Amino acid sequence: MTLAARITNNLVAQRDVFGDTLLELIDEDPRVYVLDGDLANSTKADKISRERPEHFLEMGIAEQNMMGVAAGLASCGLIPWLSSFACFLVNRDLDQLRVVVAQPNLSVKIAGAYSGLLTGKTGKTHQEVSDIAVMRAMPNLTVLAPADGVETRLAMRAANSWEGPVYIRLTRDPHPTIFPNDYDFSIGSVVPIRDGSDVTIFATGVQTVRALEAAQQLEGEGISSHVVHVPTLKPLDEAGVIAAAERTGKVITAEDHTVIGGLGGAVAEVLGEQRPTPMKRLGIDDTFGESAANNDLLSKYGLTPEHVAATAQDLVKG
Amino acid sequence: MGSQIAPERVKELRSLSLRLRRLVVESVYHAGAGHLGGPLSAAEMLTCLYFEVMNIDPDKPRDPDRDRFILSKGHCSIGLYSAMALRRYFPVEELKTFDAIDSRLQGHPDMSLLPGLDMSTGSLGQGLSPGIGMALAARLQSRDYHTWVMVGDGDSQEGQIWEAAFVAQRYGLDNLTVILDWNQLQQYGWSTEAGYSDLARKPPQDNPEERWRAFGWNTVAVDGHNVEAFIDACERAKAHQGEPSIIIARTLKGKGVSYMENDFNWHSKPLTEEDVQMAQRELEEQEAAL
Repeated sequence: MTLAARITNNLVAQRDVFGDTLLELIDEDPRVYVLDGDLANSTKADKISRERPEHFLEMGIAEQNMMGVAAGLASCGLIPWLSSFACFLVNRDLDQLRVVVAQPNLSVKIAGAYSGLLTGKTGKTHQEVSDIAVMRAMPNLTVLAPADGVETRLAMRAANSWEGPVYIRLTRDPHPTIFPNDYDFSIGSVVPIRDGSDVTIFATGVQTVRALEAAQQLEGEGISSHVVHVPTLKPLDEAGVIAAAERTGKVITAEDHTVIGGLGGAVAEVLGEQRPTPMKRLGIDDTFGESAANNDLLSKYGLTPEHVAATAQDLVKG
Repeated sequence: MGSQIAPERVKELRSLSLRLRRLVVESVYHAGAGHLGGPLSAAEMLTCLYFEVMNIDPDKPRDPDRDRFILSKGHCSIGLYSAMALRRYFPVEELKTFDAIDSRLQGHPDMSLLPGLDMSTGSLGQGLSPGIGMALAARLQSRDYHTWVMVGDGDSQEGQIWEAAFVAQRYGLDNLTVILDWNQLQQYGWSTEAGYSDLARKPPQDNPEERWRAFGWNTVAVDGHNVEAFIDACERAKAHQGEPSIIIARTLKGKGVSYMENDFNWHSKPLTEEDVQMAQRELEEQEAAL
């Protein structure tokens, strides 16, 4: 079933949805606590510090300890949500995530804010473009990357009731809403959002919105693209990936992430073993980023809809 | 000072500590691998915690009101397993599966396998933070259990311990007690032996009492091999209000087996049959002398 996703003028920042949804979760489930690594006013978890202060624990600039404290809370039946930037949550406490969260499969929810290249001109240290690769390789961890505000809320709700640790990749800046409010989200399914017959474009996170825009451009060129959003990087819907690849016999992957080990890697692993298909991975080409305006970053690092469309044209026309 | 412990009980605990040491030696010999020095330095403390100090019931290993214990120096797992086996969490026989395929008794503790094991550890410096989480959870859920975390001095070289120490003070977690097994040796580390230049192996200054106090912790110094004194230290730590406590326990690495004592080479080493026989003979003699 293809979901009728369309690019709307409703611009929403995933981080705002993060704060709002935390509030919703706390009011529904008293086991939910927010642990902050001194970035709540960026991640928007500060809403909880003001409105439900008894569910907010400021952990300071010490991510290793924060991850461990979360493990202790989870071992006692609470559901801790971590608030920090993806770059720190993925890298600074990776061993803590491995040993006290992933190995014992504890229900810690890790919300990686400001993932990808667009981090508000902070540059290389604050851009996290390998989180999908790193997190996907961690046993027991579920990895999600929602495309818009609607899906961010639904993914957080699904993560909260999921047994075990979840990593959710979130972004900073407002972005067009593409999903209807009654969208039925479930962890572990790919979401076809546009039917087509010439080329299949897999995309994840907010890059799905740019892939959808690319599909519109391609339509003008007479190319019919089948767009599939992949909000769950792990566990990957392998049957869904194969079915979508079979529809067109040509595959592109698009992500605001390195081309190594992320969505492109995951799709290539499945197709390479089970249904070899001509494909091209689009993303950041094994390099670090820099601080610059959003549009300049998207252009320089090949993440624009035009770039996706041009690559699709090349692949289709051979 | 805390309550007096009957002399018979003290003798019993000392005897159990020696039995724990024998199980450690036997299990490491049987497995052909494992750590020795650290479990032996912690033997009295683990015995006292599991038999006297902690509010636990081996028949209810998941009781939400049980005291929690985390072995931050996770490589000393066989010491913890031996204490748990003696306390009848599982049969002593099962110690023979230590480090073997499909065993619940992994080289480093795995909480997902063994009921009663409260946290997985093994990568050093990581035990205190989950202890803070457990102590916070007690407060958030209005439960009055106490959380105990055993750290090593090598373990405490990791920065995370000090991230945790800093934050625990902020929450005034007086339901949390750390026990430092201060045996002053690690796998290789520093040395005062002749032959090394200052740059090569000279030890840094170690003053745990001052350091923990500077981080806002209540400190209690004790001889970690003295059963009565250690139990009293635990009672004083638990009774202290408004701050987390640390028991700084002076210990001897390898304690109880003469050729292992204070020798970093026995941090972890396979035993020969002769080694085992000598160790068991010494431990039996100590038991007979009680």
